Amino acid sequence: MRPTSFPYYATAAVSGLLFGAGLYVSQMVNPLKVLHFLDFGAIPAGGWDPSLAFVMGGALVVMFVAVRIGRRRAAPLFDRKFHEPAFTRIDVPLVAGAVLFGIGWGMSGICPGPAISLIAFEPSHLWLYLVALLVGSYAGGVLMRRRGRTREAVPAPAE
Amino acid sequence: MDAFAPIPALIGGGLIGLASAILWLGNGRIAGISGVFGQLLLPRRPALWRILFLVTLVAGTWAAAMLVPGLGIGGPGGQPAQLVSAPAWTAIPTPVWLVAAGLLTGAGTAIGNGCTSGHGVCGLARLSPRSLVAVAVFFGVAILTVAVTRIV
Repeated sequence: MRPTSFPYYATAAVSGLLFGAGLYVSQMVNPLKVLHFLDFGAIPAGGWDPSLAFVMGGALVVMFVAVRIGRRRAAPLFDRKFHEPAFTRIDVPLVAGAVLFGIGWGMSGICPGPAISLIAFEPSHLWLYLVALLVGSYAGGVLMRRRGRTREAVPAPAE
Repeated sequence: MDAFAPIPALIGGGLIGLASAILWLGNGRIAGISGVFGQLLLPRRPALWRILFLVTLVAGTWAAAMLVPGLGIGGPGGQPAQLVSAPAWTAIPTPVWLVAAGLLTGAGTAIGNGCTSGHGVCGLARLSPRSLVAVAVFFGVAILTVAVTRIV
């Protein structure tokens, strides 16, 4: 099926709705809740909040099953192929990018998903953060393309 | 206020997993928010589904807060949503702090090809060694950052 069909867009919309609902129900939209997970120094004193691990665990179990189901199919329901990430190497950009992201995440308690979903509640300075996120993402993308790498540049090897 | 509540965390996580599963099995796309957001700027990428996903992401958060109020921040009766303030000892104005955090997160997720959702949920579920390394690094660095900045 062509990736421009009504079911294709409906799938994207249903997925977005559920993702947003999940971020609210789990309260990962609350930067303090995320920071109280990342604050391992609070473990001895008993002020540590393990919620984030439960959120990741719950999400992983469901997605793990979906990946297994997908491996038995040639294509997803509404597109011609699974868009597997093209890169499989563990290289310097992967680690350096994760370091930069880790600093930004630890400074703010928000990662891209919660940051965008927080538009629903309009905390002050959010737009400032989102513009910076977009500019940073653009700059990072330009840097990577200068290195001669583009997303999905090579076909993904069969796993 | 934001006490540990395992059941909402598991249910919320399950919803995020279900959202990722639907996008993968329906459209063959990774629900990686940094990728969906960042690639909006690339003109030759299919944009409509990405815009639709991001708009409904916000709508889903809002609707859930209306339907199930009082889980924490957001919605009627919920606490007002707030971003962090810069730690006082740094003497950095909060807007500058947040812009720095946004730039680092944007650049880092573009260079490392993913964030908590793309590498964390989808990548780990695919048993991708790349994602495992990314997740270990960004969790480790974020934990260190919180320890060093003493932001909470």
